[in-house]
Amino acid sequence: MLIVKKFLRDFPAVLGLLIITAVCLIAAFAPLLIPDADAVYFGNIIDRLKPPSAEYWFGTDNLGRDVFARVVMGTRGALIVALTVVALAIAIGVPAGLYAGYTNGWGSELIMRVTDVFLAVPQLILALAIAQLMGRGLESAMAALALTYWPFFCRTVYGEVRRVRNALFVEALQGLGASTSRILFVHVLPNVASPIIVRATIGMGFTILTTAVLGFLGIGAAPPSPDWGLAIAESREYLPESWWAVTFPGLAILITVLGFNLFGDGLRDLVDPRLRRSR
Amino acid sequence: MTRFVLRRLLLALPALFGLLVLTFIMLRVLPSDPSAALAGENATPEQIAAVRKAYGFDEPIWKQFVIYVGQVARADLGNSIISNRPVASDIAWRLPATIELTFAALLFAALVGIPLGTMAAVWHNSPFDHVMRVVTVGGLAIASFWFAIILQIVFSMDLGWLPLRARYPDGVPPPTEITGLYLVDSLLTLRFDQFWASFKHIIMPAFTLSLGGLASIARFTRAGVLETMQKDFVHYAEAAGYARKRIIWVYVLRNSVVAATTQIGLLFGTLISSAVAVEAIFDWPGVGSYAVSAILTSDYKAVLAVTLIVGVIYAVVNIIVDVVHAMLDPRVAETL
Repeated sequence: MLIVKKFLRDFPAVLGLLIITAVCLIAAFAPLLIPDADAVYFGNIIDRLKPPSAEYWFGTDNLGRDVFARVVMGTRGALIVALTVVALAIAIGVPAGLYAGYTNGWGSELIMRVTDVFLAVPQLILALAIAQLMGRGLESAMAALALTYWPFFCRTVYGEVRRVRNALFVEALQGLGASTSRILFVHVLPNVASPIIVRATIGMGFTILTTAVLGFLGIGAAPPSPDWGLAIAESREYLPESWWAVTFPGLAILITVLGFNLFGDGLRDLVDPRLRRSR
Repeated sequence: MTRFVLRRLLLALPALFGLLVLTFIMLRVLPSDPSAALAGENATPEQIAAVRKAYGFDEPIWKQFVIYVGQVARADLGNSIISNRPVASDIAWRLPATIELTFAALLFAALVGIPLGTMAAVWHNSPFDHVMRVVTVGGLAIASFWFAIILQIVFSMDLGWLPLRARYPDGVPPPTEITGLYLVDSLLTLRFDQFWASFKHIIMPAFTLSLGGLASIARFTRAGVLETMQKDFVHYAEAAGYARKRIIWVYVLRNSVVAATTQIGLLFGTLISSAVAVEAIFDWPGVGSYAVSAILTSDYKAVLAVTLIVGVIYAVVNIIVDVVHAMLDPRVAETL
């Protein structure tokens, strides 16, 4: 329980966890939190571009849709997209990293060279190119993000596996005749799990940001989705009068990503004593 | 040192070659029939066949790749499928604007981030340090395109202090071209009015772009300074009676920032990524806004050319950073 105590003393990390919990709850109970589920997609055109009020907490957008309802429903989309992308990236990157780290030979070499190529271009640029090639839409944006994010997991896992692969317990397992996949997934994986979890937490925040950029540029979610990035792009023409339709989705992005980053930072401190208090 | 530079260059080659393969695959192999796409929607089979022959798509794949590498080596990245203008010269023409913007952002980030990080380290675990931690994590969490719009609302639309968009006032001839960087050119020709005009235009885009970099620079400076302050030479300097300010801002900082220079290479990747959306918002005539309009018009040749060029620049920046690092700290050169 020492670790819980240590974590609780880290105020920014606790704040991060609280934000993540709140965001997850909002996403789970989104339909119950908004006054009218129809207001997400169908606006009252007479009430378009109304400033924040008791009726519309965050005001309304250019189609008269309730911005509060759309930001709340957008939470769900943002979390689902980020979870899917990070899960896909882990599903590709972790086995590839385990294999490449554990074995020597052309397979390992090939995996790491491919990783190098993907890391040789900034992720967003490559994701833009891939998403554009696969055609617009949320699915291709998610696929593009996952395809460009797995190398980060692969590189992390590779480094960790190289560190433990000559450990005594691995040699013992080899001597006992355990299969490679058993050694890797049952025994090596738990030993390299903490950096993966830290990377995944920070990756959640990072992916929410990148998805928002793609949505903003028009190659992510398509209208009438309540996607945050898309909402900012749609409301940009009605500035500066209707500032609320741009401000609140952006604040939602900021707070959510801040939560994941603060929590990820705290986790990194906990699992890596070398970095503690010197970050 | 020469040996180090050569080895570092050799190390970058496989990734660059891989990048060529990757863009080739995306350019020629993945589109189901590139000739049909190029010939247009209403093309007859004969026209498609003619295009296939003209572009060499009927050759075996490896031969097409050799041709592609040859074209890239001659800086021929093909013509835009929308405007039919050569992509390479379009990008080359826009490159100085992006270079000016990213350099301004990097400079600002370093000038503000390094002192802030040092102070956070000196007063670590103080309220200042905690606030700085939330602020730096926040700087990395902010969506730059959103922040850019908020700046526009406040400083252009509301207060009217700064121009809303563009790199230079419309209809006014820009500074005489020497380097292509307006801020530098206007200073070289001693036109301070032009300098002021360019400066006002670059403030908001550069500030937006610098946020992420500022946060990372402050973070790694803090980590570096904290680590260096434990070293024996610092205790010695303290015992010898040097002023604390001198120890921190001269000796400690010099020793911590050297290791942090390698981070600038990574930062450049972040900067160029944010530049895409930020340039589009401020109508900054650089490579980023070019990429955005290419994406919106499905000009895949232009998009892949940007990918390739950014990859090459990224590699070059990282090589330069590593070489500078080795010059500052000769121990690094020995490890490679």
